[in-house]
Amino acid sequence: MIDFRLDEEYEALRKTVEDFARSEVAPVIGEFYERAEFPYQLVAKMGQMGLFGLPFPESVGGMGGDYFALCLALEELARVDSSVAITLEAGVSLGAMPLYRFGNEEQRQRWLPRLCSGAGLGAFGLTEPGGGSDAGATRTTAKIVDGEWVINGSKAFITNSGTEITELVTVTAVTGEKPNGHKEISAIIVPAGTPGFTVAPKYSKVGWNASDTRELAFADCRVPAENLLGERGRGYAQFLSILDEGRVAIAAVSVGLAQGCIDECLRYVGERETFGNKIGSYQAIQFKIADMEARTHTARLAYYQAAAKMLRGEPFKKEAAIAKLVASNAAMDNSREATQIFGGYGFMNEFPVGRFYRDAKILEVGEGTSEVQRMLISRELGVGA
Amino acid sequence: MTNIVVLVKQVPDTYSERKLAAGDNTLDREAADAVLDEINERAIEEALVIKEANEGEVTVVCVGPDRANDAIRKALSMGADKAVHVSDEALHGADILQTSKVLAKAVGTVEGVDLIIAGNEASDGRGGAVPAVLAELLGLPQLTHARKVTVEGGTVKVERETADEGITHLEASLPALISVNEKINEPRYPSFKGIMAAKKKPVEKLTAADLGLDGEVGLANAASTVLESAPKPPREAGQRVDDEGDGGVKVAEYLASQKLI
Ligand SMILES: Cc1cc2nc3c(=O)[nH]c(=O)nc-3n(C[C@H](O)[C@H](O)[C@H](O)COP(=O)(O)OP(=O)(O)OC[C@H]3O[C@@H](n4cnc5c(N)ncnc54)[C@H](O)[C@@H]3O)c2cc1C
Repeated sequence: MIDFRLDEEYEALRKTVEDFARSEVAPVIGEFYERAEFPYQLVAKMGQMGLFGLPFPESVGGMGGDYFALCLALEELARVDSSVAITLEAGVSLGAMPLYRFGNEEQRQRWLPRLCSGAGLGAFGLTEPGGGSDAGATRTTAKIVDGEWVINGSKAFITNSGTEITELVTVTAVTGEKPNGHKEISAIIVPAGTPGFTVAPKYSKVGWNASDTRELAFADCRVPAENLLGERGRGYAQFLSILDEGRVAIAAVSVGLAQGCIDECLRYVGERETFGNKIGSYQAIQFKIADMEARTHTARLAYYQAAAKMLRGEPFKKEAAIAKLVASNAAMDNSREATQIFGGYGFMNEFPVGRFYRDAKILEVGEGTSEVQRMLISRELGVGA
Repeated sequence: MTNIVVLVKQVPDTYSERKLAAGDNTLDREAADAVLDEINERAIEEALVIKEANEGEVTVVCVGPDRANDAIRKALSMGADKAVHVSDEALHGADILQTSKVLAKAVGTVEGVDLIIAGNEASDGRGGAVPAVLAELLGLPQLTHARKVTVEGGTVKVERETADEGITHLEASLPALISVNEKINEPRYPSFKGIMAAKKKPVEKLTAADLGLDGEVGLANAASTVLESAPKPPREAGQRVDDEGDGGVKVAEYLASQKLI
């Protein structure tokens, strides 16, 4: 029968990351967040633990695990903090994974060992200032001139693109026109520091403040022709498959945040007193926590199941979209309820729930908005086709 | 080549509430999450660092109930090579002397041991005597409370640090036993590769009878007995000093009255 118990090695990994998040991340992350500073030391430690190599085989410097192992690590990190979780998520599923999936052997061996070790970070530039949901509307262009790609255009909101350890950004660009008149979109690897590639200062963000998000500009930026990633003209299809996987990972981050809200509230309602009673003795509070738990539990099952289908090699587009939709909802709802339970302290940055509240919103937007998830689900059901 | 034995113990997580069992005043192991004692993680880390520099093999030795297997797995996933696990209902309630005897026999099953590394004291019992007792039983030099360890050829050098004596330098020829304190190092976290590899590493399971200690160990034969225990009293409200220009003086007076300065 169906059984969602974790295998021994997954459970050992989950515990290890739980311990790391509690002992290493929790004590220091608040200050990084406050200063909107990227936590290099924490990322280095995550690298030493092998988290950036989790889903990759040892032949490219990975840990020989799988995507579900990555999701478990993301959930445990996000229970404590989303900035470090998203740094890992974007580094692995957007930075390294496209190189692993679509790169040739030379590209894999050149880039992956450092990305897997966490010594370097990769980024993925799809969204443009003019639009993200309609990824086919890409305006950035790349043309072959004298054996080199010449890239012009800009990208918006790109995670991990401007850290001191960023090694590359894979960008999507229009490389021509298909016979049917559609744009031909391809993915091209742009190493950090390439002339003509500039990274804007960090955005001032509502949340994820200890993660790195930048706008990128390309002005006659030249990279060798062999930096094409995968097949020319397959860029659109490639990133759609990368995003399907990424949604399961974002669902895991969302479940972690939703769980973190419960962790914090369970502690607080047993301490805080009003009208002579612990607030946990009031049914209004108990029911909020019961709802938070129910949402988190169902969202976790949704991402476990989507991941299980993915690992079995079955189609999982609908399940991934459902997992992301319900999990980001759960994160948003739980963080709202958690800040309510904390009262005025919930609005103070010194308590994690305030940070969770600010970090939750983007989960309904990044790697496909909730509207896009609904479009995907209904399309899979054949509605409006 | 340095062959190292590391003593490891599973203890209640210091994050959870720890208590004694109502019936016999032994540790209530069900009441709290059980983890590999942090000081043992440091002992393992030190062993791995020495092994990485000098080659050799790291064997973990553990006395504890079956579920201590989780602590052993963690030690193996950090990088230790194999384990000896002494698990026996008869050992329930064993005291420091008995535990040391069992450990001495268990260490004796490992061949060619150059160095034994222990934590200086476990976070549950906090007796801190096992390393010394074990060294006596095995007739080995003991270099306890180490905050720094160097192994060169056949010698081990240790910076020993205690609250009373400060820092002293010790040196002994191998084989020897050392115990380490919290300052020794920062233990590594196991990687997923390490976790997977640990599944295939050998764990030898032994009983008291296997070690020839049948009928000698356990609560009934313990040299010390816990007669009574009480939960620690709730923290009392602190004394508040309002600073009206003389705050510093008042704080100093308070500290002096408590014989703290
Ligand atoms: C912190 C952060 C990090 C990010 N990291 C990355 C990254 O690393 N790489 C990357 O490529 N991108 C990244 N993004 C971009 C993110 O993926 C996009 O913001 C997201 O896909 C939405 O695109 P948009 O902002 O252009 O919104 P738009 O596409 O302009 O959408 C605006 C609104 O319209 C809705 N909408 C759009 N089309 C429809 C429709 N057909 N029917 C109904 N509603 C519709 C949307 O759901 C949304 O509510 C990041 C964003 C943020 C904020």
